[in-house]
Amino acid sequence: MKRMTWLVPALYIVFLMLPIYWLLCMSFKTTNEILGQFTPWPQNFTLENYRKILTDSTWYMGYVNSLIYVVINTVMSVAVALPAAYAFSRYRFLGDKHLFFWLLSNRMAPAAVFALPFFQLYSAIGLFDTHIAVALAHCLFNVPLAVWILEGFMSGVPKELDELAFIDGYPFWKFFVKIFLPAIAAGIGVAAFFCFMFSWVELLLAKTLTSVAAKPIAATMTRTASASGYELGLLAAAGALTIVPGAFVIYFVRNYIAKGFSLGRV
Amino acid sequence: MSARTVNQKAWWLVLPVVVLVGFNAIVPLMTVVNYSVQETFGNNKFFFEGVKWFEMVIHSARFHDALKRQLLFTAIVLAIEVPLGVAVALAMPRRGVWASVCLVLMSMPLLIPWNVVGAIWNIFALPDIGMLGWTLNRAGIDYNFTRQPVAAWATLIAMDVWHWTSLVALLAYAGLSAIPDAYYQAAKIDGASAWAVFRHVQLPKMKHVLTIAVLLRFMDSFMIYTEPFVLTGGGPGNATTLLSIDLVKIALGQFDLGPAGAMSLIYFLIILLLSWMFYRVMTLGEAE
Amino acid sequence: MARIRIEHLRHSYVPRPAREADWALKEVDLEWADGGAYALLGPSGCGKTTLLNIVSGLLRPTAGRIFFGDADVTASPPGERNIAQVFQFPVVYDTMTVYDNLAFPLRNRGVPEARVDPRVREIAALLDLAAMLPQRAAGLTADGKQKISLGRGLVRSDVNVIMFDEPLTVIDPHLKWRLRSKLKELHQRIGITMIYVTHDQTEAMTFADQVVVMHEGTVVQVGTPVELFERPRHTFVGHFIGSPGMNILPCRLENGVARFAGVAIPTANATTKTPNGARTEIGVRPEFVRFASAGIPVRVAAVSDAGRHQIVETRHGDTVIRLLLDERDQVPTVAAHVSFDTAFTRLYVDGWLAG
Repeated sequence: MKRMTWLVPALYIVFLMLPIYWLLCMSFKTTNEILGQFTPWPQNFTLENYRKILTDSTWYMGYVNSLIYVVINTVMSVAVALPAAYAFSRYRFLGDKHLFFWLLSNRMAPAAVFALPFFQLYSAIGLFDTHIAVALAHCLFNVPLAVWILEGFMSGVPKELDELAFIDGYPFWKFFVKIFLPAIAAGIGVAAFFCFMFSWVELLLAKTLTSVAAKPIAATMTRTASASGYELGLLAAAGALTIVPGAFVIYFVRNYIAKGFSLGRV
Repeated sequence: MSARTVNQKAWWLVLPVVVLVGFNAIVPLMTVVNYSVQETFGNNKFFFEGVKWFEMVIHSARFHDALKRQLLFTAIVLAIEVPLGVAVALAMPRRGVWASVCLVLMSMPLLIPWNVVGAIWNIFALPDIGMLGWTLNRAGIDYNFTRQPVAAWATLIAMDVWHWTSLVALLAYAGLSAIPDAYYQAAKIDGASAWAVFRHVQLPKMKHVLTIAVLLRFMDSFMIYTEPFVLTGGGPGNATTLLSIDLVKIALGQFDLGPAGAMSLIYFLIILLLSWMFYRVMTLGEAE
Repeated sequence: MARIRIEHLRHSYVPRPAREADWALKEVDLEWADGGAYALLGPSGCGKTTLLNIVSGLLRPTAGRIFFGDADVTASPPGERNIAQVFQFPVVYDTMTVYDNLAFPLRNRGVPEARVDPRVREIAALLDLAAMLPQRAAGLTADGKQKISLGRGLVRSDVNVIMFDEPLTVIDPHLKWRLRSKLKELHQRIGITMIYVTHDQTEAMTFADQVVVMHEGTVVQVGTPVELFERPRHTFVGHFIGSPGMNILPCRLENGVARFAGVAIPTANATTKTPNGARTEIGVRPEFVRFASAGIPVRVAAVSDAGRHQIVETRHGDTVIRLLLDERDQVPTVAAHVSFDTAFTRLYVDGWLAG
């Protein structure tokens, strides 16, 4: 049975790759070819779609803008979530359970509900069309997620570890950075990736809060649906390119996520 | 798990989070509540109507239908994605090159903007020009998701499974990685079978991540909008008009802000209630 | 019950070890008699946990063999070696009760339920866990959980060896001695071979009949606690054991007589055969150093009070020499001389006992 277990992830990945392959195919085809007939690979292979995106600044700036506010948001969310998650995990305080659930509840309303109010709010404080506005707005759903994930992993670390360090005379920050954080590395990796991912794909709020200066790639992509019908080839190429930054992020955190935690010497 | 100490100063640690999230949450909430109890005929003039909209929504057959479709969709999707995600996580390699390859490939569907996901599957499933649609029809299956409700549902579910199972798998995988080696070693020494290891070591230690995965998928699938909208537009007819799609139709299509506001709040309350129930069930037995 | 023999054991965690530093265990040959209490003592990174895991079967050694009795078990998995191991952090099955935890190893091996119950209760009584049997294991304190871990090892009647990997690490200090006494008591009652890995010399010296001292992947000395204290075979052992550790003075060898600061120091062991360029040192414990009217001139640097005696730190140039004085004795003000008890002063060549 041990030898057959690789079949499960293998089949799963084949399943995942089929539409991705399809996406890549479409990105190398012209819109006419896509809509004309079914071709398993591009008959008239073209790099035009990619050329357009990589040379037109309204396109590639979209990627840059998205990257900027997503990174700001990820760093902010995880940084703020770490102490909060530690508090939830290690202490009991007035209203802690209710606070925890309230955080979760912020993910329970569709973004559409927040679009107009956010527009009014951020315009009122003069942050319209800035990266920081989107980064802040995305905190609404990313911070609770980060807190939630980190708390789960922190609770898996025995409290004895904290006490042990205190007995040995470790100052708290040193214990936190050198012993505790490595122990929850998998949680940090996964929380960071999810914050990145959810912020990266969020379309409505990012579009609502920006116009030109901080216009995200998701907004630019919806342009392809308006002008001359549906420019599918372009959309496909843009879509294929959106995978790249996220793939880097997961590659970067892979050692955190896949790390085996062997309780090291304290 | 040892008891947590009572310490009110812990509030300082959670303060940044509360400020950041609260800032974003309170204002819009007030706006929605405001809309939900008023009537407008445009011109930005509002008339207070009390609970009229709430009553209307709760008794509307259209709302009930959308709600039923939504519940069915969420139930099916959870039943597939959670076991599948856990199974994949259990079977994935722990370390090495293949682990990295798996992780990167698995995360790809998650990174595609949701409108593009819908667009890909739309073309992918079209019977005449799409890889899936064309292949199925060539194999003799009469498949057209734009006209057959069952085909539309099947495609919608396949798309969601394709899109989101990796989230469950990644969470489960991280949860498994966090289990210290000593547990596996002790189980080996105790002579435990692979099933016993799963039941007594892995599953209990994954409880936290599984709770997160189930709740996340529940909430997100209950609110799903973009992908089904781009894929089927809610059709054929209103076969795949899930709750969000219906809500947007009412709010933006007909500018009925009153009913829309009321519906939004009811929507939110349903999710809140069901999430609370899930949460209580899954954290049962946690020593407090 | 079996004798354990380790032959030419070497282990590296690196797939293709090239340098000396790549080897976690450099060359280990050991023999442990049946039923003894042994300690593996050494600082972090010396290879003791590696050695332990190889003995228990959790790790396959890169080279060398290990025998239980006459059987070569190098390739056998832990389940077949009849060993039990208690880890540094308590490992219990949280979802099960204490009773089920203890019964787990027996049930996995297909022991009929009728035999499981009396056995579990017997071991629980031995470990003072009887009252907690129906409780959920997750709710116990750290020392309770370690007892459960120990119990899971004892409950099997076919266990040859029980191994402990720094098991007292997370126990409250005031409970450590209790658990330690319990272990010693258990050993005397049951008589199973016990191997105890630790970096704490007090734990090792009080628990074990024989201590194996390890340093950088090799076994430096095997002996009783007294032997290790009075006749360390390596400067590392002298330095590591005892608080404060042994004084080590670099010296020059002239015609078989060791000299430090121009003063001739008679040693219990002498040698005339030293390879050129070898590092020669004198080792003597603070317990055997005295102030005298003649000897090595020193300057008193610091005095610390250690309860019933004082530790006086003296210096000659850069070399530190420590000695113990009774709490009532007068410490010379600044300058003095120290001399050593010849019977306990030894010469070391390249770290090893000479001769």
